[in-house]
Order: sequence, then C-alpha cells, then structure tokens
Amino acid sequence: MGDKTDVWQGTLALMVLKTLESMGPQHGYGIARRIEQTSGNRLALNYGTLYPALLKLEQEGAIESEWGTSDNNRKAKFYRLTRAGRKQLEREARNWEQATAIVARFLSPAEEA
Amino acid sequence: MRTLRAMWIRLGGLFGARRANHEIAAELESHLQMHMEDNLRAGMTREEARRRALIQLGGMEQTQQTMRERNTLPWFEYLLQDLRFALRQLRKSPGFTAVVVITLALGIGVNTALFSIVNTVLLHPIALPHPEELVAVDAAKPNFETGSVSYPNFRDWQRDNRSFTALAIFRSRGFLLTGTGDNERVHGNYVSSDILSVLGVSPVLGRLFASGEDEIGRGPIVIIGQGFWARKFGSDPHVLGRSLILDGRSFTIVGVIPRTFDLRLGPFRAEDIYLPIGQWPNTALTIRGAGLGIHGVARLKPGVTLAQARADMDTVSRHLAAVYPEDDHGLSASIRPLREAIVGSVQPILLVLLGAVGFVLLIACVNVANLMLARSNARAQEFAVRLALGAGRTRIIRQLLTESTLLALAGGAFGLALAAWGTGAALKLAPAALPRASQIHLSPLVLCFTFLLSFAVGIFFGMLPAWRVSAQQPQNTLREGGRGASGTRHRAQDWLVIFEMAAALILLAGAGLMIRSLVALSRTDPGFQPKGILRFSLSVPYSPATATPEGAIAWVHEVDRRIAGVSGISAVSFVDGSVPMTGDDDEELFWLQNEPKPSDENDMHWALRYMIEPDYLKVMRIALVRGRFVTDADREKSPPVAVIDEDFAHQFFGDANPLGQILNLSDPDQKATVVGVVGHIMQWGLDNDAGFPLHAQIYRSYAQVNGGDGIPASGFTSDIVIRANHADTIFPDIQSALRQMNLQQVAYGAQTMDAVIADTLAARRFSMILLGAFAALALLLASVGLYGVISYLVSQRTQEMAIRMALGADRGNVLAWVLKRGATLAGIGVGAGTVAALIVTRLMASISVEKSSIIYGVRPWDPLTMIGVIVVLMCVALLACYVPARRAASVDPMRALRSE
Repeated sequence: MGDKTDVWQGTLALMVLKTLESMGPQHGYGIARRIEQTSGNRLALNYGTLYPALLKLEQEGAIESEWGTSDNNRKAKFYRLTRAGRKQLEREARNWEQATAIVARFLSPAEEA
Repeated sequence: MRTLRAMWIRLGGLFGARRANHEIAAELESHLQMHMEDNLRAGMTREEARRRALIQLGGMEQTQQTMRERNTLPWFEYLLQDLRFALRQLRKSPGFTAVVVITLALGIGVNTALFSIVNTVLLHPIALPHPEELVAVDAAKPNFETGSVSYPNFRDWQRDNRSFTALAIFRSRGFLLTGTGDNERVHGNYVSSDILSVLGVSPVLGRLFASGEDEIGRGPIVIIGQGFWARKFGSDPHVLGRSLILDGRSFTIVGVIPRTFDLRLGPFRAEDIYLPIGQWPNTALTIRGAGLGIHGVARLKPGVTLAQARADMDTVSRHLAAVYPEDDHGLSASIRPLREAIVGSVQPILLVLLGAVGFVLLIACVNVANLMLARSNARAQEFAVRLALGAGRTRIIRQLLTESTLLALAGGAFGLALAAWGTGAALKLAPAALPRASQIHLSPLVLCFTFLLSFAVGIFFGMLPAWRVSAQQPQNTLREGGRGASGTRHRAQDWLVIFEMAAALILLAGAGLMIRSLVALSRTDPGFQPKGILRFSLSVPYSPATATPEGAIAWVHEVDRRIAGVSGISAVSFVDGSVPMTGDDDEELFWLQNEPKPSDENDMHWALRYMIEPDYLKVMRIALVRGRFVTDADREKSPPVAVIDEDFAHQFFGDANPLGQILNLSDPDQKATVVGVVGHIMQWGLDNDAGFPLHAQIYRSYAQVNGGDGIPASGFTSDIVIRANHADTIFPDIQSALRQMNLQQVAYGAQTMDAVIADTLAARRFSMILLGAFAALALLLASVGLYGVISYLVSQRTQEMAIRMALGADRGNVLAWVLKRGATLAGIGVGAGTVAALIVTRLMASISVEKSSIIYGVRPWDPLTMIGVIVVLMCVALLACYVPARRAASVDPMRALRSE
C-alpha cells in the first residue's frame, strides 16, 4: 500500500460531486468504492473522512439524501446531486483545471515562446 | 451563503440531536455491512472482514464523533453544556448565587443609572444637528465675563464677522397672554430672525422668521412651540394667521416649532413663544451701551476653529471700540462652545460621581471575586478530580468563566431594573441646572453599556479563580483532602479586602466633606432671613384707569393693601431690579459728588440696584446699620434718597461718614442723598457671592424710580416679596385677594426664598446625596466582603481552633484572635485609604461648581471628617468580624474534632 496517495485537502468534495454526477444516486460505501476504482486504486481513501464530507455537502445544499435499498437488498442512505451541487461541481472543476494547468506549466520543461 | 446555510442547519442540529445520532449510526452500520460483504466475497474470514472494514472506516466511535461534531456546532454545544452545568451549580448554592447577584446588581445598577445621566447630559447635551459647531456668544465687559450684547453691537458683529455661518441673539421674557382662554403668564423669547435656523430647528407647521423680519418697525408676528399649540389651540392645523394678544399687542402666528426642541441656555428656554427682537418695545434697544440681558448663539463656519473665531471677533470688537469709544471701550466678544455653556457647571460634579460609582463597582467586583475564590477553593477537590480524569484545563477555565459571566449577566439584569428606579429617584434630586433632565432614560446605548459592563465584570472576577485553577496541581490538592494550600490563598483574599476597605474610606471621606460643605453653607448668614419670605410676580394689562401716573400709584397702593390684608402676612413690598439669590441682577451706574462725569458708562461706578418699598426691610429682615431706611415719605416729588450697604460704604467712602453724601445717578439722571446704611446681603448665592466682582449694593425708593409713569399699553409686570408665617402655603390666598381686586391681573411664579436658596445649592445637594449613597453602598459592600473573608477563615480553621481550645485556650482568646485578624486587615486598608483619600480630596477641592470649590468652608484634609469616617469604617468592620468571631468562639471542640 506504500504507493497509494492520500486524498488532497479539498479535493474529496470535488470527487464526490463528480462521482454522483456520473453514477446518479449512490450510497456512501458505493461512492467510496467508485472513487477508489476511478483512481485506479491509487488513492487511499479513509472512509471515516468521507461521511463528514458528505454531511458537509448536504448541509451546504450541494447534495441531498434519502434512505433506500441497495443492490443486495440492504437499507442504505442514498445521496443525489442537487441543482446547486451541479453548479458547484462545474465551478470547482473549472477552478481545479485552471489550477492544475498553472502548476503544470511550472513543472513542464520551459517552452515559452 | 453556503457556509451560512450550513451553519443554520448545524444550529438546527442541536435540537433533534438524538434522532440524527441514530441515523448516523444506522448509516455507518449499513456501510460496515456492505464493506464486510465485499471482504467476505474476497475470501476473508468473518472476523478479518469486520476488522479490515473497521480499520478503513477509522473506527466506528471516532467516525460517529466526527460526524456528530459536523452535524452540530461543537463550541456552541460546549457552551450549552457549560451553561447547563453552571446553572445546576448555582442552583445548588442559592445563598452564594443570591449574594453575588445582589452585589453585582448594586454595582452595575448604580453605574448604569449614572451612565444614563452622563449619556444624556454630558455626551448628548445638545439635541441639535452638528452641536460641535455651535458657540455661545456674549459680551465680555469689566464687570461681566459673559455679559449682555447690545442690539447695535449685535448688528455690527453680524455684519463684520467672518467666522460664523450665522450669529443670532435672544432675550428671554415673560408675557401676559390675554384673549386666548384664561389670562396667563407665558414664557417667551425675543429672537433675531435666524436663531432657529442657526440651531437647526425646522417648523412642524408654517415657517420660521425670514431675514429682515427681526428689524425694528416690522410687522408683529410670532412663532409658537408645539406644547403651547396643543395646550392653547388643541393642535388646530388652521392656527396659522390667527393672532395672540401678548402684553396688549396683537401678533400673527406664522409657525409652530417641534416639542423635541428642548435647548436650555442660561435664561433661554425652548418653550411657548418666539417674537422677533425688533418687536421689543424697549427704547434702550437701540442704545449701544445698554445691557438688556441679550445673549447670542452662533454656528461656526465649517473648518473655522474656536481660536480663529475668537481672533476674528477680537478684530471686529477692536474696530468697534475705536469707532464708538463711549460705549464699546473695554468690550469684546466672548465665544464659548455651546456645550461648555450648557454643561460646564455640572460636568465636574458628574465626573466626580462617575469616579465614585466606578469605585463602588470595583468593590462589588472584588467582593464577588473573593466569594468566587473561596468557592473555588472549596471546589478545589472537584476540579482536581476532573483534571485527573483528563478534563482539559481550558475546559475547566471556560466552565468557571461561564459561571461568572452568567452571574454577572444576571446581576446586570437586576442592575438594570435597579437603575431604572434609581435614575428616577436621582432625577427627583436633580438640580434644575441639569440640562435635558427630562430626556434621561435607559436608551439602547445605556443597555449596550450595561451589557458590556456586565460581561467585562464577569470575565474580570472570573479570571482570578480560573487562573488559580489553571495553576493547580491535581495530585497536591487531592493529597490535601480538599482543604487546599492555605497560605497564598488567604493572602490573595486579604489583599482584596484591604483594597475594599481603602476604596470605601476614600468614598466616605469624599461624602463626608460634601456633607460638611453643605452644613457650612447652611450656617452661612446671607445677610437676611430667608425663612418666611415668598416672592412672586404680578402682571396687569393696560387699562385707562392706571394709564396716568396717579392711577398707577393708586394701583400699587391698592395691591399692597389687598396683599397686606391676607391674614398671616406681616409685610409686603414691590421690588424691581436685583432680587437676591435668583440670578436677577440690575445695576445702578453712578459717580461721586467730587468726581467729574465719566465719558462712558464703563468708567462709571457700578452697584447692584434694588428698587423697593419701605416694608422691604421688614420683609427681608436686613440689619439697619446707620441712619434710616426708605420711608413712605420718599415719594415721587420728594428729594431722591438712597440707602447703601456696608460694602458700598466701605468701597466708596472708606472711614468717612456716608450719611449725607450725594450720588450722581445716571438712570434716571438724579442726585440722590445717602440717608442710611444696611448690612450686606448675598446677591449671588450662598457659595458664590465672593466669586463675583460686584458687591456694592444700593436701595432706591420704588416710588421715586417708577412713580413718574402710568402703566403703558403693553401692560406692566413687577415682582413682589412678602413675609408670612406660612410662606409656602399662602400663595392661593394672595391670588384670590388679587383676583377680587381685578380679574385681569395675574399673579404667578411664586417661590419661597428657602426654595430659591435650595435651588442655588441644588447641584451640591444632588452630588452630596448621591456621593453619600455611593459611600454607604461602598461601606456595606466592603463590610460584607470583610465578613465573608473572616467567615471563610473561621470555617477553614475550625479544627485548629478546636485544638487550641482543647489545649486550654479560652473562648475569649479565640474571639480576640479572630477580631484581631479582621481589625488588622481593616486597619491596613484604612491606613492605605487615608493616604489615598488625602490625595483624592485635594483633587476634589480643585473642582468647582459655578464659582466656588465643590468642597466649601472646610479644608480637604479636615481632621474631623477624616477621624469621623475612620471611626465609622472601623466600627462597621469590627461588627462585620464580630459575627463570625462569635461563631468561632462558640465551637464545641469535641464535636469539631470528631467530625473530621
């Protein structure tokens, strides 16, 4: 497990929102597994930090939750993206791309015109 | 926005927390189950599957805790917990809580009450726009620092100055109102056109005076106050254009100004009516040298400083003095901030009182800190156990601070109630000099002040025990069995008590000196006998019968006869000119027989002038020193006579015999012979007389000065003084006697001389009573503090004393030991307090009310006062110690020892 990266501060929310956008309503465990899979199992996600993050997003109105039944017939709390969440996702994704692009320009070999 | 929403939800999460916790647990459990199922599918044993799932979740409990914290506001939850705990703790010891809350309520209450007075009087004395630009403008002359401005000078000042956006003048006067309801006397002001606009007052109806309408010879118009409008016209909106008959002349109403305009400046009262100054039917109005009691206000141009305005006006008055040397020689403009003119006299008193209540609050705080300290000592074991069990020190300190703040806020709430009552009580004593007294109330600013004060107080006295706890080593405390390390603790409490005693002594000394000052003043001989004198005014409208000199003289005689006929009245006299103690003064300008006539009035001699009838001497009971007083024989046609006082005689004739000397009088131009000398009376007030430059007094026959005229078309008003056995209740009889004589005349404004004198001392009495009350409060609180500390000492040392007694010490020894301890503390406090008090009273002596020191007729280090307050303080202190000492001495040694 030594080659796994911890989740960077502030990016977990973005991942959660993106996951919910692509998968539709999903429960906490599902979201966690999906994030790990998407990262190619290169992220070490502490599930214990996921739930407070979900709670925070829900309080902020980006997602909403509802009890339902999982694939294997287990009671679970499902989360769903709201309109505000969709907007937030767009905004944060754009910010993130900008930020990474800037950092990338610093790290890539100099090729200014 | 998002954060706010989250905050709101979390705040909501505080309620229904149980359901939320249940849901969190369910969600995590379902998560765990799903994870375990996956792990089982991956081939782990059941146990391993659960272990791995838990590890990756980071522990069930921990995660739940994080979520719970996220779900609500943890600090808020702690606060609620602390509050609940504090309330429980306080409910467990109701006695302690009650004492603390009452102590704080007293301390905070007096501060709130005084602050609400200071807030209105000192911080907001002028309820007008941009009060900082307003200045009082007067004429500085040889005998008067802030004398009257003559109308011609006003016009020139108005034209020539470059410092004021506007300069305005006023002259306050009473008017006889006829034809609108009952005849009555109304208070009014002659004003120049822009006075109301200078002050920033807008009419509620109609308009203000236009520029030029205040000039002599313009149409008679009047502006009325809202109160007068409501009282006389029932707030009729069609009042504009109607007329008022004032002093027999008709004035057209052009405007109504709001009731909220409540300026009081010297004689100026925002009250019933305002007339243009040009309407004043006084022939002296156009005389440049006339002193008619006119004063001014002005608004500085933006950016112009007081110093610049003074320099500017100096140039203007120098120029005028050069052009009109006869009238304006030695005359200049005096410019003071309006605020100073209004509150200048009460500011020092209020600041002294503010200092005093500060001390009271400090003592209250120290008391409570002491109680808290004792209590935290008693709870040392509880805290030690909690510390040992892993409670954070910050959490315990927060707990203690929550408790103290809660107590302080409760104290503040009760204090507010106390202040609401206390302000009312204090205002009943308030001198008329307290500006805007009717506006004093618990404003939002005052509430804010009280809240912040309570909060600060809570932190302040909570800090000491909290700091003590934070320094505590749990193992030591636990080992001592909770009785605590005695040494340092007692020392802290001792210091606090010593401080309280010292502070109480300072207040007592201050109050003692104020009381002695008033006693000294009440023993001051004003030169006449105030008890039994009643003064009032009488206004009569024009009538053809009294329009001739003979008719007027007959009327005066008839009034005298009617009043003298009222049973209980022994003497009566019309008076004009100066009236002692009332602030009404009038001057005779004269030169001596052997002197040439001075070219201008300011070079003449000045004396206070009293125009009186023969009975005046009997009314006032002034001592006749030589010669005779004015008699009935001194009539209109007989040779003019003057009676002078001893100061006059001494100042102008030295050792020579004043009787038979001739005085050249200027108004009216007469030569009067001095026929008698009477004792000096205090014109300016019991405490102020020495502070005024003008002391010489001259008495003239009323008939000789006024006898040549009939009552003019504007009617006539005069003051009358009488002597009666029951001066305070006789006025209705006088009124009915005068009504029987003539229904048109109005007697009003009755005041006993005792009340007049009391008014002059009102500011002093106000501060004496308040300071006395504060000192008593300080004494009470300080002795309660001493009592608390000694009681605590006794309860902590019960065992020790039991052992002493068991070993043969008798009860007397124990009693003496406890008393000695209390007396030592009190003694040190008194010693320190005496030194401090000597400094503070010296400072007090340098503070003055009007023209004399706040400490009057007694030295600031007056030994009698000092010894007196020290004895009082020590007695009370010993009494406070005696109760716990008795308890200590009555301990049964066997029982005390067995109880351990």
